[in-house]
Amino acid sequence: QQNDGYRSLSLSGHVGFDSLPDQLVNKSIKQGFCFNILCIGETGTGKSTLIDSLFNTSFDDPVSTHFQQNVRLRAQTYELQESNVRLKLTIVNTVGFGDQINKEDSYQPIVDYIDAQFEAYLQEELKIKRSLFSYHDTRIHVCLYFILPTGHSLKTLDLLTMKSLDSKVNIIPIIGKADSISKSELQKFKKKLMSELAGNDVQIYQFPTDDETVSQINTIMNGHLPFAVVGSTEEVKIGNKMVKARQYPWGIVQVENENHCDFVKLREMLICTNMEDLREQTHARHYELYRRCRLEEMGFRDIGPENKPVSLQEAYEAKRHDFYLELQRKEEEMRQQFVQRVKEKEAILKEAEQQIHTKFEHLMLMHQEEKLKLEKKRKVLEDEMAMFNNKRASAELLQTQAFVSTPVVSLKRDKDRK
Amino acid sequence: PCAGPVESKNEAAMSELVPEPRQKPVVPMKPMGINANLLGYIGIDTIIEQMRKKTMKTGFDFNIMVVGQSGLGKSTLVNTLFKSQVSRKSSGWNREEKIPKTVEIKAIGHVIEEGGVKMKLTVIDTPGFGDQINNENCWEPIEKYINEQYEKFLKEEVNIARKKRIPDTRVHCCLYFISPTGHSLRPLDLEFMKHLSKVVNIIPVIAKADTMTLEEKIEFKQRVRKELEVNGIEFYPQKEFDEDLEDKTENDKIRQESMPFAVVGSDKEYQVNGKRVLGRKTPWGIIEVENLTHCEFALLRDFVIRTHLQDLKEVTHNIHYETYRAKRLNDNGGLPPMTAETEENHESNL
Repeated sequence: QQNDGYRSLSLSGHVGFDSLPDQLVNKSIKQGFCFNILCIGETGTGKSTLIDSLFNTSFDDPVSTHFQQNVRLRAQTYELQESNVRLKLTIVNTVGFGDQINKEDSYQPIVDYIDAQFEAYLQEELKIKRSLFSYHDTRIHVCLYFILPTGHSLKTLDLLTMKSLDSKVNIIPIIGKADSISKSELQKFKKKLMSELAGNDVQIYQFPTDDETVSQINTIMNGHLPFAVVGSTEEVKIGNKMVKARQYPWGIVQVENENHCDFVKLREMLICTNMEDLREQTHARHYELYRRCRLEEMGFRDIGPENKPVSLQEAYEAKRHDFYLELQRKEEEMRQQFVQRVKEKEAILKEAEQQIHTKFEHLMLMHQEEKLKLEKKRKVLEDEMAMFNNKRASAELLQTQAFVSTPVVSLKRDKDRK
Repeated sequence: PCAGPVESKNEAAMSELVPEPRQKPVVPMKPMGINANLLGYIGIDTIIEQMRKKTMKTGFDFNIMVVGQSGLGKSTLVNTLFKSQVSRKSSGWNREEKIPKTVEIKAIGHVIEEGGVKMKLTVIDTPGFGDQINNENCWEPIEKYINEQYEKFLKEEVNIARKKRIPDTRVHCCLYFISPTGHSLRPLDLEFMKHLSKVVNIIPVIAKADTMTLEEKIEFKQRVRKELEVNGIEFYPQKEFDEDLEDKTENDKIRQESMPFAVVGSDKEYQVNGKRVLGRKTPWGIIEVENLTHCEFALLRDFVIRTHLQDLKEVTHNIHYETYRAKRLNDNGGLPPMTAETEENHESNL
């Protein structure tokens, strides 16, 4: 650390700020820690078993089949505690990776997931009212990439995937199910893998060598990559101890035996030595790169036209201004459209109204005509009725008269009538 | 190189100055918590050591401001706190020097190291505060300085290509020196603390406490606490930022009994009972600075340096700075419609 031109002073007694690291650590302990691991590998490379072995517990992860339509990511968070350290561990598994016949889109969902976590953090960071210190960090701190122990070379899918991820996440390549490969073949395989990775310029995570206390062990471990691991949650009795192992007819592969596999090395590097560095690299390097790209994508610049430095704030304001103008314009447009539509609808309705009116009038007319006709008919009917009644009345009169008078007279009358 | 789906429009909706979210991938974003039982040692607790090592490497910044009328022993106290000449004592205003017309802000930085821990300590002195005939608004230059540091940090934070470690010049702690009148707080004291307690952590101290007897001290402290409460002045540690019950009980005791600390400062050593101690020699005895029966310097030192230093920084960063930032981003972006004049004003704000 440079002194930036500050003078150094010597102390004449004990001040007490050497407790600062403790103060800081105690605060972190209170808050708890987050660690997020992404496991990429084809189905059956031993990802879940390895994670179970690493954390000495069996995370409830259902076994997957080979028949997934596309690659999905499944994330689960667990709360672990060791002495006074609380860890929020998130394991993200790729389900169906490498199982499809057409693997073209295999790595895109993974890239999208990693980006989405960066995006979520960026969004929180850009909020006006934000709470970063209580934010649950879901950004992926390390990617364990499982390579099948074929003994040959890297698969194209592996190369492509790692290449698309190496600037976004710390990659630690792992040879899974390493008990299916012999020691001599393993050395050759490791060499081949590393040279292929280097040849294709894939940036895998290097254990840091700048701190003297860990530089030696980290350098050695860097030379053992990729770690060839075997995982097991079953225990076998060896001597008088129960150890995690896989039992075969020809012998027992002990997970924690460094002669048998690199499991112990992986655990040592991943958890005991470099967990904090993995978190720091994710935040200081990968996230910053994502943020830079994203902001530039949105049109922000640190240097404006004429090479004058533009503060992000000025750019924000200019964008906000532009956005506001655009908003106003859109509002105006929408309003115009609305007015137009209303006019049109009004016209249509008016037209329909007119039509109804004319129809109504027409109907009224017809109704009137009908009415008149019916009136006439009624009149005629009434006349007929009246006439009929008259006739009946007179007929009845005649009939009664007929009974009273003589037959001659009635005959006469009848004749007369006839 | 940024992989991933590219936005079709560059000007995406910015409802809260937030970039438009990308297409959501087919995974749930918020994972659920499941408790797992641990069998056997894994090594998760080594993260504490890893973190400690990293912080030792990067070192710490601490910026402390001292405010009070001249002659109250500010520089001496700071030098006693940090056991070195971090602050140059002023020898008062001699005839050649003029009393400054306004409050000056003088920041002096040093690097000190103890137990492998490197600290960049900056002491910000405020000569001229309260020394004029008319002291109206003499807190304004101080408030301006504090806000300028927030502004500096914000500008850095908001850059696209950011520094790995943004230099922190923000004032983490402001020691306000109260004159040991024995009566009550002065209007100037109240005005200053009212304004500044909202932007910075204020720790009030009673200066030159060797002019008061024990009873006078207790009474004065009680009266000062009462006055501060009546005037709604929240000094550090503020009640609303107590994180949990443990903090609250610890801080309650400090707030209600110990503060404001009645202190005496000295950079001279004397022999007392066979030991060399920091003290002030008077005809009637030697006042031992680090003796808790003589004054509360040791309490102040432990409080500020040994237990709450990191917390002072965190409250500054997580609360005072965030308040400033939110206000700043809101003021500059949220007032439609933007006319030509408001645009001009905004440029001058920047």
